[in-house]
Amino acid sequence: MKNTLRNVFHSGKFVAGFVIFMFLLVTIIVYPLINPGSPLEQIGVGTFAKPGTYVSLYDAAKTNPDRERETLRLADADDKRLAKALSDSDRVLMVEWLGLKGVDLEGIDYQDTEALLELWHANYDASFKPKGMTSAAQKKYKRLNDALLDLQTADALSVMSDGEQLSLIRKTDYVNVGTVTNVKFLPLGTDNFGRDVLKELVGATKTSLGVGLVAGIVATLLGLAMGLLSGYVGGIVDDFIMFITNLFTVIPGFILLILISYSISQEFRGPATVAAVIGFTSWPWTARSVRSQVISLRNRDHVNLSKLSGHSMLRIVVTDILPYIASYVVMAFILQVSSGILSEAQLSLLGLGPKTTTTPTLGLMMNWAMMYSAHTNGSWWAYFPVILTITLISFSLNLMNTGLDQVFNPTLRD
Amino acid sequence: MKGYRKYFGKKLIWFLITLVCAVILNFILPRLMPSDPVSAITGKLAAGMSDAAAVREIYERYQEEFGTNKPMIVQFGLFVKNLFQGNLGKSFSQYPREVSDIIASSIGWTVCLQLPAILVGWIIGNVLGAMAAYLRKGFDKVLLPVSIFLGNVPAFAMSVVLLVIFAVNLKIAPIAGGYAHDMIPNFSWPFIKSVISHYQLPFWSIVIISIGGQAIGMRSMSIYELNADYVKYSRFLGIKDSKIVGYVFRNAMLPQITGLAMSIGTMMGGALVAEIIFSYPGLGSAMYKAVVAADYPLISACTLIITVMVLVANFLLDIVYGFIDPRVKAAQVD
Repeated sequence: MKNTLRNVFHSGKFVAGFVIFMFLLVTIIVYPLINPGSPLEQIGVGTFAKPGTYVSLYDAAKTNPDRERETLRLADADDKRLAKALSDSDRVLMVEWLGLKGVDLEGIDYQDTEALLELWHANYDASFKPKGMTSAAQKKYKRLNDALLDLQTADALSVMSDGEQLSLIRKTDYVNVGTVTNVKFLPLGTDNFGRDVLKELVGATKTSLGVGLVAGIVATLLGLAMGLLSGYVGGIVDDFIMFITNLFTVIPGFILLILISYSISQEFRGPATVAAVIGFTSWPWTARSVRSQVISLRNRDHVNLSKLSGHSMLRIVVTDILPYIASYVVMAFILQVSSGILSEAQLSLLGLGPKTTTTPTLGLMMNWAMMYSAHTNGSWWAYFPVILTITLISFSLNLMNTGLDQVFNPTLRD
Repeated sequence: MKGYRKYFGKKLIWFLITLVCAVILNFILPRLMPSDPVSAITGKLAAGMSDAAAVREIYERYQEEFGTNKPMIVQFGLFVKNLFQGNLGKSFSQYPREVSDIIASSIGWTVCLQLPAILVGWIIGNVLGAMAAYLRKGFDKVLLPVSIFLGNVPAFAMSVVLLVIFAVNLKIAPIAGGYAHDMIPNFSWPFIKSVISHYQLPFWSIVIISIGGQAIGMRSMSIYELNADYVKYSRFLGIKDSKIVGYVFRNAMLPQITGLAMSIGTMMGGALVAEIIFSYPGLGSAMYKAVVAADYPLISACTLIITVMVLVANFLLDIVYGFIDPRVKAAQVD
């Protein structure tokens, strides 16, 4: 046993998979301790807030001007503001005007804010109206000019409360983020319901791993029992079980899953039910392979010896057969867990996942993101971490499985 | 040819048995559930209604529609009779369209998308796996982890990634659908061009997914065969390496065909979900719409048709296997 374990941990693939899996496991245990609360709590009112640090504007404006604010004179602050305020369409508009004024447009860089502004102020003339320009267009250029002047001259905002000026925020006023009372760090932004995606993701990973685990246990136990029964007892029991097994390997489990999930009404469809249903539809694989292994073991000498000694069937199975197929069963279990997680995700994408009010699952998160078209409106944080997590779970489990396979089947070793 | 008749006959009988069982399951599973399917459906439809009489009316209408107020055996008789007449009932969500009509319009898309994609993925995967087993060293070191990783990306995830990269960001492929919105299906050149451009992303996402799993399987089968005694013996005899490799891969191929037959159901499940991501007008999207709209007859028909497709694919693979594997022929001669 000790030797086997040492061999297993010498396999690079197994260790790599194990490390990834442990990392995920530690995260789902530790993160809720750091950031407690319900993963489905809606903190945002809008949808898909971008990832980043959110500073309360109210608290920042209310900071004490004398003690909590510093004056920093940064040379490029104004330029940055201008560059940000000038949208691309504004820039195009400016160049258009310059063209109308007959300025040589050769070599104008749209992104060079400073040069563009300089040219603009040198050439802008409110009374200029070439032939064919509508007065609406003329006003548009005027508005642009006003906005530009405003950007460059105004240098303070006043904070008002009940008609009384609270304080004046100058362009050079800075506040340390640490002194603002309310700052919220959202590493993965919020989703379509305004929930913290990272918190939700951690909760979902936990539920999904649970679903995979339950599905894996159900499928492996059922498959093991069926395989042992069919392989060891043989005869008509074997024929019957093999018939069922063959039937369910050709009739897709995915379809059975859809049929069953649809028929269970919403209020009964918790994660545990979904997990059990997944387990019940995925055992035939395990049964099939356990059976073939048991058949090859059935007539070994040590088994025959036990039979002659009059041991009960249960004892023979437990002491003489199970230890030989244990490694195989562990590998099958790992694969069942990973396919269980995937099945849940696919089912949820079809809208047949666990009911949605209490716990998130990875599949449900994916489903929500797709329903609110996060993938087409550029909100990568709502779906990409989910995809990555599902892939990492399944990748790490399969890596462990491949590693185990190479330890137990030496021909596959490098 | 005579020897084959027994083999094919056996396979045909098995196909028919599984077909009957699939039909029975499709009928009985929803009715075996602890909660009555009709009340589950009415519950979904009547979620926002407060008028008890109206809910009652919906319930009774659906009970009539399914015949759930009749004994189980009569229901089954009706179900089979309707099935033979190609009558799958009327869709709830697209009333009064026939379910068979909806299925007929989407099945072609699914078959034309999935069949080539799964086959191409299978072929590429097998070639790569065989190369990894034969070349070993660097190629294998790179290919194996990459294959394991690719084999573990769920089909829907690959679809989303491809969609975001190629359709949303690079804009070199359309975002959704099977053809441009403003077109009416016909056999004109612009329409075919539109279909082809919409075909690319769903096709490649299924191909890439299936490469991974197949390559891993082929690699281990080939390694196993390369270490077999007949290979060592042939080498001692001085038979050319290329000839041995030919034999090895033919032998390694056979389990791969069985593997394809066994995993085709799972693959199709993944590909159906990929269809949803691309809003591809196939069975997957039809089923998704049906689930969202609580359209029970359509869901039931979709599951039945998909099962039948998987069973037919399995049957065809069995036939192909019979022709390829010389042992099948030998067994029939005895």
